[in-house]
Amino acid sequence: MKKLITVLFLVASMVVFFSVSAFAEGYTVGMVVKNVGNPFMDAAGRGGEEACGELGNSFIFQGPATPTVEGQIEIIENLIAQKVDAICITANDFDALVPVLQKAKGNNIKVVSFDSAVAPGGRHVHVNQADAELIGKLQVQAIAEMIGYEGEIAILSAGATMTNQNTWIEYMKEELKDPKYEKIELVTIVYGDDLRDKSYNEAMGLFKSYPNLKGIISPTTVGLSATAKAITDAGLVGKVKLTGLGLPSEMAEWVHNGACEAFFLWNPIDLGYLASYVAGLLCDGTITGEVGEEFSAGRMGDYTIVEAEDGGTEVLLGPPFRFDASNIDEWKDIY
Amino acid sequence: MKYRNSLSNRKLNIVFKWEWLLVILIIGISIVNGRLSPHFWSYTGIMDSLAVFLEKGFMVLSMTLVLIIGDIDISVASIVALSSVLMAMSYKLGLPMAVAILVALATGAGCGYLNGLLISLVPGLSAIIVTLAGSSIYRGIAYILLGDQAIGGFPSWYSYLAWGYVGKTNIPFVMVVFVGCAIIYGLLLHRTAWGRKVYAMGINPVAARFSGVPIAQMKQIIFTLNGLMAGIAAIFLTSKLGSSRPNIATGYELEVIAIAVLGGVSPSGGKGGIVGVCLALILMRLLRYGMGLVNVPGQVMMVIIGIVLVGVVMLPNIFSSRGGKRRTKEIQ
Repeated sequence: MKKLITVLFLVASMVVFFSVSAFAEGYTVGMVVKNVGNPFMDAAGRGGEEACGELGNSFIFQGPATPTVEGQIEIIENLIAQKVDAICITANDFDALVPVLQKAKGNNIKVVSFDSAVAPGGRHVHVNQADAELIGKLQVQAIAEMIGYEGEIAILSAGATMTNQNTWIEYMKEELKDPKYEKIELVTIVYGDDLRDKSYNEAMGLFKSYPNLKGIISPTTVGLSATAKAITDAGLVGKVKLTGLGLPSEMAEWVHNGACEAFFLWNPIDLGYLASYVAGLLCDGTITGEVGEEFSAGRMGDYTIVEAEDGGTEVLLGPPFRFDASNIDEWKDIY
Repeated sequence: MKYRNSLSNRKLNIVFKWEWLLVILIIGISIVNGRLSPHFWSYTGIMDSLAVFLEKGFMVLSMTLVLIIGDIDISVASIVALSSVLMAMSYKLGLPMAVAILVALATGAGCGYLNGLLISLVPGLSAIIVTLAGSSIYRGIAYILLGDQAIGGFPSWYSYLAWGYVGKTNIPFVMVVFVGCAIIYGLLLHRTAWGRKVYAMGINPVAARFSGVPIAQMKQIIFTLNGLMAGIAAIFLTSKLGSSRPNIATGYELEVIAIAVLGGVSPSGGKGGIVGVCLALILMRLLRYGMGLVNVPGQVMMVIIGIVLVGVVMLPNIFSSRGGKRRTKEIQ
């Protein structure tokens, strides 16, 4: 019996030790991420906490140990039981969280999805990191600057069927129609399928097929770092310029050796900040998530809720963040 | 006659002690949870939280039988995925939802039958190998069929299965179905001659064979049942998710086996019962619920659950080390 009591005591003390009490002043916002221990998600969590602090809300950061939708459902059920006021979620599945989030909405909980959306039925509003038009435009502007508005460029994308990349590429082509780019020629689009080796080989193939190639845009994190490596290995640093979308942690090396002077990605801290700020505003009734509502989100400035392509409503985070030699070291350890 | 009596008494004794231990732990955890979170003692909250992973509960019931006969089945999670995908696809092809549900049951039972067939027909082929292969085959087929797609849009009554409550009470529908299944399994295992044969196979398969227990046939039935329960789990899980995908239920097999073991079922066979695993299910759920209410991070939760699992399974060994020695002597 003594041993039994000891075990009970141990279990109890562990639970006490790990417990984080959330005594709410203001509203309680629960952020559910894809999985914990993921630097990108942790950065979003820091932003969320910052926004809650400014609004006087309390903040809960949770995520399953592995990125499963079943784990997220369990967490959402727990948040409902805790009677939180809002949930910010980056979904592991577009559809499968809708029933549990509808239950949350039925319990008067505001639901904001960010980063990775849930279907409109399961949310009040989505905070979208990617303003497709800006993402396309900025990459063209960057590569044009790097090659001096003259020469052949190519695009190395992910899969041929990827919706995100294809939308961005459409906007790139749109941007290239501008007369100031008339000396730039988009010679080809190749697909590395988001596999490192295939992207690397496709890049090598580009150097052979287009000896006058001046620049490559790779709007995918895997493609961008693979192409940077290919440029370095082929001894073309400085001769073929590169930009695209990438992770600072993966790209720091290639920014330092000059293979990629600048690239873009949204800032997860800002993303978490905006999502959690929007959640706070939904709670106090400043906004309801309808199209056309305008609001100001602390240090991020003013926003308008717009219609999303999936039929729901969304807030666009804004232009992607530019990483180059001046700030890469500051960001490479963050995500 | 005398031998059998003493055997069943002792067995009863072990089971009895174990279940009391679980009850004490459940009470302990509830008290701690109630102290830590003001939200814990809420009838709706506890009911809902118990229902959160009841679909695993269905699988635990039949897994108990598999473990008691000294086998293991690690393909159940994949069977859930395949059953769910086939159900969703047949609904999408225009079959009525009720028929699609039968497809899920048939798929589950079929996969289980296949496991059982291989295990009982090919001597020397162990359950772990067959079900390991089954695990990748069944999920593989689900991926081939559906790829990276999801199928949803089921009729609205279907979501009642996982989200509905009985009448105007706060009792989730899935809980009623589970309790029904648990009673059936309890009676089957503890009150029928068939159930006694199951224990006999686990305690001493050689002796069981010589006393006329149809080993191959029994295994066939038990593995088919296990597949069928995975099919039932698929129906409720898909209802909960409102859609089907090939990657659902990933990792469920380990959780299911862990709960059964926590419930006093010995993976080496012959020990354990339905009441124990049901208590273990409640214990595990309340533990996770309590930690969730105070927002213990996911990884820490995994570690704590692992420690509790090992700790609880070790306890009886510490208590009854003398009794354990005596048993060994008797067997020798």
